[in-house]
Amino acid sequence: MNFGEHAGSMARRSRLGGLRALCLAMGGFALALMASPDAALAQAKAPEPAVAAPIAQQTGTVVRAPDTAGSPATAPVVSAAEQAPEAAPGAYTRMAPTPGKGMPVDGGIGLQAQYSPLGDYARWIHDGVLMPIITVITIFVLALLLWVIVRYRRGANPVASKTSHNTAIEIAWTLVPVLILVGIAVPSIDLLAKQFKPAPEKALTVKITGNQWYWTYAYPDNGGVELTSYMLNTPDANINTGVRMVGSDPSDGPEQLEVDNRLVLPVGEPIRLQITAADVIHAFAVPSLWFKLDAVPGRINEKVLFISEPGVYYGQCSELCGARHGYMPIAIEALPRDKFNAWLLSQPGGTLQAAPVEAAAPAAAPAAAPSGEASAAAPAPAA
Amino acid sequence: MATTAPETFQAHDDHHGHADHDHKPGFFARWFMSTNHKDIGTLYLIFAIFAGLIGGLFSGMMRVELAEPGIQYLDTFSRWFGTPNPNFDQSLHLWNVLISAHGLIMVFFMVMPAMIGGFGNWFVPLMIGAPDMAFPRMNNISFWMTFSGFISLLISAFLPGGLGNGPGIGWTAYAPLSTSGSPGPAVDFAIFSLHLAGAGSIMGAINFITTIFNMRAPGMTMHKMPLFVWSQLVTAFLLLLSLPVLAAAITMLITDRNFGTTFFDASGGGDPVLFQHLFWFFGHPEVYIMILPGFGIISQIVSTFSKKPVFGYLGMAYAMVAIGVVGFVVWAHHMYTTGMSVNTKMYFTAATMVIAVPTGIKIFSWIATMWGGSLEFKSPLVWAIGFIFLFTVGGVTGVVLANGGIDDVVHDTYYVVGHFHYVLSLGAVTALFAGFYYWFPKMSGRMHSEFLSHVHFWVFFVGVNMIFFPMHFLGLQGMPRRYPDYVEAYAYWNGVATTGYFIMAASIGIFLINIVYAFVAGKRAEGNYWGEGATTLEWTLSSPPPFHQFETLPVIEDSHHH
Repeated sequence: MNFGEHAGSMARRSRLGGLRALCLAMGGFALALMASPDAALAQAKAPEPAVAAPIAQQTGTVVRAPDTAGSPATAPVVSAAEQAPEAAPGAYTRMAPTPGKGMPVDGGIGLQAQYSPLGDYARWIHDGVLMPIITVITIFVLALLLWVIVRYRRGANPVASKTSHNTAIEIAWTLVPVLILVGIAVPSIDLLAKQFKPAPEKALTVKITGNQWYWTYAYPDNGGVELTSYMLNTPDANINTGVRMVGSDPSDGPEQLEVDNRLVLPVGEPIRLQITAADVIHAFAVPSLWFKLDAVPGRINEKVLFISEPGVYYGQCSELCGARHGYMPIAIEALPRDKFNAWLLSQPGGTLQAAPVEAAAPAAAPAAAPSGEASAAAPAPAA
Repeated sequence: MATTAPETFQAHDDHHGHADHDHKPGFFARWFMSTNHKDIGTLYLIFAIFAGLIGGLFSGMMRVELAEPGIQYLDTFSRWFGTPNPNFDQSLHLWNVLISAHGLIMVFFMVMPAMIGGFGNWFVPLMIGAPDMAFPRMNNISFWMTFSGFISLLISAFLPGGLGNGPGIGWTAYAPLSTSGSPGPAVDFAIFSLHLAGAGSIMGAINFITTIFNMRAPGMTMHKMPLFVWSQLVTAFLLLLSLPVLAAAITMLITDRNFGTTFFDASGGGDPVLFQHLFWFFGHPEVYIMILPGFGIISQIVSTFSKKPVFGYLGMAYAMVAIGVVGFVVWAHHMYTTGMSVNTKMYFTAATMVIAVPTGIKIFSWIATMWGGSLEFKSPLVWAIGFIFLFTVGGVTGVVLANGGIDDVVHDTYYVVGHFHYVLSLGAVTALFAGFYYWFPKMSGRMHSEFLSHVHFWVFFVGVNMIFFPMHFLGLQGMPRRYPDYVEAYAYWNGVATTGYFIMAASIGIFLINIVYAFVAGKRAEGNYWGEGATTLEWTLSSPPPFHQFETLPVIEDSHHH
């Protein structure tokens, strides 16, 4: 296996070559449509439902698989990250998803609401730039066709003209599309550049492996916490032997999207996802976080994920991977840093790593970790 | 270039022409050993209709399964494919067989045979004033290799292919699902099917290029060729340059599967993504192979029924050349999520968007051709106008998908399925029906029913839009493609799409009835049944044309319009 051989290419991605400069320069003389992306971006965000809805924390006892049994006996290095204001003995409880958030909605016709900054930007490009342009073009072509059908039908125009050239108009309908495309390219190339900004060195790293037909999630810097994530069985079909039925826990989300062990991540900080596969190609995709990256055996693909707010975000495998391709969903549970830490410590062997630069700045006191042991000992629900 | 070869043929005809005039061989020799471009074209068209009905049946099986969430019919379908008591995995595997077979059949055994083998064989020689194709026997082999490929694909559906019968690898056959992921002979048969069909297409491409370069009638310069011939020429070059890459890629798949090589296996130093590069280096030109002849058909039809020459002829011809050239350097936009570097992704985003420019030239030139014309709304023109609109819709969603950063969310969702069915199912197939109604009386000598053709159009138009437009909604909402089952939230638009399928299927029934009607009760077709607007050479011949046409080569004068 040559894992890691390709990983080096990730480093190169931060170095945006002359191509990007060229593409951006080309856009210099382009249209008004991208006049002020930021303002428009703000507008795009506005109509989204205010996320005031409290993150519904289940008070009931969470039934978890036996993998939560052990308390972290060995917590060698515990930094101060968990000292965030509410860090108290934050026992982890499984979050219930907010209906319609992080999942498709009944009969929906547009993009899912986004919960990451780049998702907001990309969604603005789609809804605010691309959709208006392609709608106008389509209506324009339709209008021309209808006009031609009415005006130049045989009854209205018995004698056909013999015009077959008009250099000016041919140049026009070549150049105008070029300008429109340049106008599209500017935000599009900019989005790509932003998407490839690498994660800071100390960012949380999660290794995601696609398997036929489940996901494994590993936290290599956090005591090697590792979990497997299977789809919950549905009333129609017993998809995964030994996995409970969807809905048997009050925090369960929709059928075919909910899993036994979610990928738990912190909000408000860049997370480095390293994605690979054990057998065939899979794809790790979460529409509401604007994230999709193939899991390719023998190669580690890396991409940054930044989740803006707590919630449960669902996705599904997006590369044909055999019979149960449709039954290996992805569920991300995004928690505030302190709750995330509590979750980490509730996992067998789970430890905390040095806090990311961006997170929990006030509480950052890397040297001492007075309450670390205590907090680590607290959570672990009895199995 | 155009002068020497035709003289040779003419001399040949002087010796034998009169005695052989319209002498047709017996049934077996005529249809199984045919070297006549029109008969081979007819074989291709019959084959394509037959394959299209099977591929359409498969899509119907998929649509009924997708009518509502849950797995309802796959176990029944598995029994049809020779699995007596299918377990859950075998049923699910059958789903993957259906999507693979539907894609492969529609691409390799319906659209390509109809566009190139069917209409290309029939009308390229007629339009350039040639007596036949340059290599008539190779033409025969091309057809029978395509036919054998189809048989090989059908056989594969009944052989073990991993968890169940048949190749469940998608038409893209990505490694390692198609190598270590699919034991059993089914995938080998499917790959062999592509070898056969590909070899047939390569030979066909050589034939078309040679014919078009060497067998044009006196005075038929390259810049006087009808745009349909231009479209076939560009298509032939795309086939010739891209299919060998596919052949290489799938041969490597075969050796990875059976002979221990590791071209696409990382554990032996290979790379699964390499297969995707090779596949899409073929696969992207392939989509233009499917649509370019349609462009040619639409150009002929729009010109004919506007009673005007095509607007911007040179621009139209070279737009196709440009699409063909640029089509070779955009392949990795099918692979945006494989983990490409940022510069690669930016390049493929920019290059892909460039294709919209020549495509726009074609759309606007068709409209400009109609502008100032005297439009007669015979069925081919109605289909052609439908094509222009539907292809525009499919084209603009392509511009959305071209953006690497936007593709992250819609890649491998139903948005992509909607997009490529708008350009293929609603684009290429609409062009095929337009061409069919345009030329069917010329080929058969019998007039179809114009009334049924119009009804066919409107029912088809409603049906396919109901199937495929909601797919954009589903894709934006995140529904992944190649799923036999889905989340409850996607139920509404899937239900609409399945309803649309039955409407579309009804329109195919009207199409078949129309063919039967033509042969049973259709009026005899005149040589030029479309009248003054139809100016290309096939309209100077009887309907159907004589078994051997242009025994005296036509001479094209300078004033001739395309």
